[in-house]
Amino acid sequence: MNVTSVKYRLDDDGKNCQVKATIDGQEMYVPMSEDNRHWQAIQEWVADNNTIEEAE
Amino acid sequence: MTKARDLADLGSTATRLDTVGASSGALSNRNIIVNGGMTIAQRSTQSTNAGSGYITVDRFNHELKNATDNLTYTTEQVTDAPSGFSKSLKLTVTTAESALAADEFGRMYYVVEGQDLQRIGYGTSACKEVTLSFYVKSSITGNFSASIYLTASGGVIAAQAYTINSADTWERKILTFPTYTTANVPNTNAAGMYINFGLFAGSNYNTASSTFVAHTGANLLGGQAANFAAVNSTTWQLTGVQLEVGSATDFEHEPYSLTLAKAQRYYYSWVSSGLTDNIFIRSPYATGTPPNSSASAAYTFPVTMRANPTITTTYNFSRFTASIHNAVAQIGTTSAGNAYAATEWQADAEL
Repeated sequence: MNVTSVKYRLDDDGKNCQVKATIDGQEMYVPMSEDNRHWQAIQEWVADNNTIEEAE
Repeated sequence: MTKARDLADLGSTATRLDTVGASSGALSNRNIIVNGGMTIAQRSTQSTNAGSGYITVDRFNHELKNATDNLTYTTEQVTDAPSGFSKSLKLTVTTAESALAADEFGRMYYVVEGQDLQRIGYGTSACKEVTLSFYVKSSITGNFSASIYLTASGGVIAAQAYTINSADTWERKILTFPTYTTANVPNTNAAGMYINFGLFAGSNYNTASSTFVAHTGANLLGGQAANFAAVNSTTWQLTGVQLEVGSATDFEHEPYSLTLAKAQRYYYSWVSSGLTDNIFIRSPYATGTPPNSSASAAYTFPVTMRANPTITTTYNFSRFTASIHNAVAQIGTTSAGNAYAATEWQADAEL
């Protein structure tokens, strides 16, 4: 998977609850769950010295 | 009817049960593969592909490794199928690869949850052989690879070559894979097995080993000699994929509704059937403590999903969260009357 951007989304308590990512050219809402394949790809992307953008 | 006749019939029944694997597994649900008949295609029934991913028929994934020099091909769910089947998956080369390099391969593959493999007994002395059977048709003849990768022991793989003998002819292939007694695959919803169907493989990827050995790139598509990507208009079709404990039996056909429900554990596509079916969200509708600055709509999945899914949609929601049970679309706003009417979204919990 080709991850190009990732940004946190906040829940009503102001905590990070998911990310909105662009993967293989498609925007998607990705849960922060270890058994989700897109989150796994994002973790590999982070391990390659990329950073998830903070929520606004 | 005499008692002798009853006993004879019972004996006959037992024999028939053995022929469909009753001695080593259940009469039904013996096929570990979901959508082996290629009947479900929630994403699309036709697409041009020059990359990797789940594209058309549910549960069957594509991967092209370093093969993006020129290659493009279409992937389709088509009605051309062997007798007794209604659908197949068809790949057609639209732009051939200029040359097959050592570090290139193409494959279709299918991933099985580890918890669905426990009946095989990997990691025990009672481990059983499994048989992979499928119908295949191609415009080219030659040796293709089918391999099984287990996530046990850090990854082990066994591969077998099968021969397409006649061009443009449906052929059923039956391949038996050996036991593996060293370690088990995880008894969870994580990947336990990858079943690979080779399309082409450079010399870095086609070293054969029919027994389970440590996985290296070299043995991913062992025995693959045919090159699907070499010539424009080459076709390769697949259906009737079955993986079962013991010997091969006839393909286990299912009602469409059952296969759809099984596939929806991994992917669910929601498409509005019209104005009254849309998901409407309007916000906010009140101020107070706490202030109501957002509005949401929830949707319960028809089937519990394998994992918390990724959501895709063309709508720009503030959030679109999901658990294995349901999805919640939400907008946040500080003004009244903002409204959304979503007409489509997709949930992906694939492996």
